[in-house]
Amino acid sequence: MNHSRRRSFLLLLVLLIPFSLRAQITSERLLHASDEPQNWLTYSGSYASQRYSALQQVSPTNVNNLELKWVFQAQSLQKFESTPLVVDGIMYLTQSPNDVVALDAKTGRVFWVYHYAPSPAARPCCGIVNRGVAILGDSLFMATVDAHLVAIDAKNGHALWNVKLAEPAAGYAMTMAPLVVKDKVIVGVAGGEFGVRGFIAAFEARTGKQAWRFDTIPKPGEPGHESWRGGDWEHGGGAVWITGSYDPELNLTYWGTGNPGPDWNPEQRPGDNLYSDSAVALDPDTGKLKWHFQFTPGDPYDYDSVQVPVLVNANWNGNPRKLMLWGNRNGFFYVLDRATGKFLAGHPFIKVNWASGIDASGRPIITPQPPGAPTFPGIQGGTNWYSPSYSSRTGLFYISTWEDYATIFSGVNAEYREGQRYTGGANTSPIPGAENPSGARLGPVNTYTEALAHGAVVALDPETGKAKWKFEMHDVNTSGILTTASDLLFVGGREGYFQALDARAGTLLWKQNLGGEIIAGPITYQVEGKQYVSIASGNGMFTFALRE
Amino acid sequence: MKLRNLTRYGLLQCAVVCIVLVLRGPAAKAQGQDRAPQYFQADIQYGAQIFVSQCTSCHGENGDMIPGVNFRAGQFKRVLSDNDLRATITTGVPGTAMQPFTFGASELTGIVAYLRNMSNFNARGLMVGNAGRGQALFEGAGTCATCHAVNGKGPRFAPDMGDIGVLRTADLLHKTLLDPAGTMLPVNRPVRAVTRDGKVINGRRLNEDTYTVQLIDEQERLLSLTKADLREFTVLKTTSMPSYKDKFSAQELADLEAYLLSLKGVK
Repeated sequence: MNHSRRRSFLLLLVLLIPFSLRAQITSERLLHASDEPQNWLTYSGSYASQRYSALQQVSPTNVNNLELKWVFQAQSLQKFESTPLVVDGIMYLTQSPNDVVALDAKTGRVFWVYHYAPSPAARPCCGIVNRGVAILGDSLFMATVDAHLVAIDAKNGHALWNVKLAEPAAGYAMTMAPLVVKDKVIVGVAGGEFGVRGFIAAFEARTGKQAWRFDTIPKPGEPGHESWRGGDWEHGGGAVWITGSYDPELNLTYWGTGNPGPDWNPEQRPGDNLYSDSAVALDPDTGKLKWHFQFTPGDPYDYDSVQVPVLVNANWNGNPRKLMLWGNRNGFFYVLDRATGKFLAGHPFIKVNWASGIDASGRPIITPQPPGAPTFPGIQGGTNWYSPSYSSRTGLFYISTWEDYATIFSGVNAEYREGQRYTGGANTSPIPGAENPSGARLGPVNTYTEALAHGAVVALDPETGKAKWKFEMHDVNTSGILTTASDLLFVGGREGYFQALDARAGTLLWKQNLGGEIIAGPITYQVEGKQYVSIASGNGMFTFALRE
Repeated sequence: MKLRNLTRYGLLQCAVVCIVLVLRGPAAKAQGQDRAPQYFQADIQYGAQIFVSQCTSCHGENGDMIPGVNFRAGQFKRVLSDNDLRATITTGVPGTAMQPFTFGASELTGIVAYLRNMSNFNARGLMVGNAGRGQALFEGAGTCATCHAVNGKGPRFAPDMGDIGVLRTADLLHKTLLDPAGTMLPVNRPVRAVTRDGKVINGRRLNEDTYTVQLIDEQERLLSLTKADLREFTVLKTTSMPSYKDKFSAQELADLEAYLLSLKGVK
């Protein structure tokens, strides 16, 4: 090949390469997911998990012109907790039990459906749910309720590989959207109510071969095991059921772990019960633990630390620092140094009486309530797994909360039997004497009302932990949050309203009754120059855009 | 009927024992409302191959080794309908050596068809079809792999064949190889669209409604087109897949079918 022909060939290659790369989701694209706001490439929108979008076509001045563009009706009456991905105009979502649906993000019309029939032995604690998929290359990855990880061809919905992680009959399940880091797919297992021993594991995206596994409950000889008595660790819980985050500069992936087992009887497991209710920082290449921070040692309340770790680079005491913001189910908002795990601050964001505060080391100063007295927050926590959001424009951390919410906790002895519930609790919530009956709320009539709690969206200043504003709801708030570069905040709630707030002031700018509980996180994306906002409500995925 | 562990029933075993008739006779007529209206020859043959590998150790070659049961004579202990047969096979018989068996739909269709036709089916006239040779035909002389992927390996314009052995019965696979256009699922038909600015889009239809059509095009892109934006939209009833009727011998067809039937999807 002569010089000019070779130059022409190279030029052609340069021209062609972007197109061929564009067709696939490379790990490089995932690293810079925030730079292509027309897409939503990971569960939380980016590795920093801020659930923030640079899109700003929909703004406070025109949000009133949002109109419904399409609805996808899930073929399931289970809770719809899926956060979709959007990749170059194609939306990928999951519907219960473990279907993946590819549809046109502009019209909602379906390209294909992948059906997965989980084992009848599957027994997730709290619903046959799934929260979404991850993508790398042309492959989607889904964790299943019978504890399998499945790779699916994103073009035709055909299964590529399927690996079993754990025994569903023993209570192991998976409900989270996986996290892809480099060439690996990372997932964790649920089952904290069944006495499982939790773990996080990584698999080669191409083959499904396990690359590493980190057990969240250390066995004898491993660091942290000293926090357990005898054989209590064997059914020690520490489940992991919400997607983690990743800092490529530090090469650390962060995950939250769940309650120790049995949930509500700490007398059966004296000690701190590491690494339950913790943030763990792992090397994504090896699974090695770099650091951990335990939020609720020896937890008697089921205060899972299964929240999305939000990574923020900001000034702390005047100096730039790599922070991790964490609104915990235990009612405290934490700021950690994510390079070291060092505790920087912890403040209550709702009414709390199980601890009077957090000491300088990050350990709660516990104030256990007398038997029969209510503990704030109650079982569901001050918040739960609902995705928070952080806007670098406002500098605020946004979180869905349960306000004035208590439970009377009482532990009872639990005997471990494989596959049976292992919770050790006889708890009461709402508390006795409340004017409404207890029991789970079903349907559109709000039987809980003020007897149980009410919800809110709270905007926290990370530096002070103080609320900049609060948007109160009558019913409790089970929704994730999305913020955008136009300073809009989108949030749902159990009442079924999908709302747009002013992210700076918390004022209501727009709302739409979608008629079903919102128990997922909103996303936004753009197709052919038009910005869309999507949210799952009831059994439908609803998508809005500005009226033409 | 003692049924061995299905996990042992894989591609290689299938290659060894896959038995298919060289000559395909007319399909057997079924009788009564508790039976299928018709049992197809290819299904009967497929069922015969499964029976040989999975059932004969207990039931014997003629299906008469269990007291009170004689398949060839149509004698069963508790089975009346085809659905009863399927249920007995898939749930087993508690307290006996007959254990539950996790067959796929096409396998069940085959076994039921064979059990209903053992009396007039000459198993000694069977010949061995080889899934390994079938795979070689799929990837070679048949040029199937130039359009079809298997579990993600290969092009995506045509449907992935990775689980075709579950999705299609032996009879339907046989007919597909002889008459592809006649057995194509309508949703998979080729479409041709011309946009208002003259751009031609050829693809395979995935979904369609009154106003839009969804397809995968020749560049393997998922496209959703609004019909109002199209100058021309045609659904073709032809297919680029050739018929193998005159291209392959009966033995080669048997081999290819054996391979396709062995594709059970990702486990």
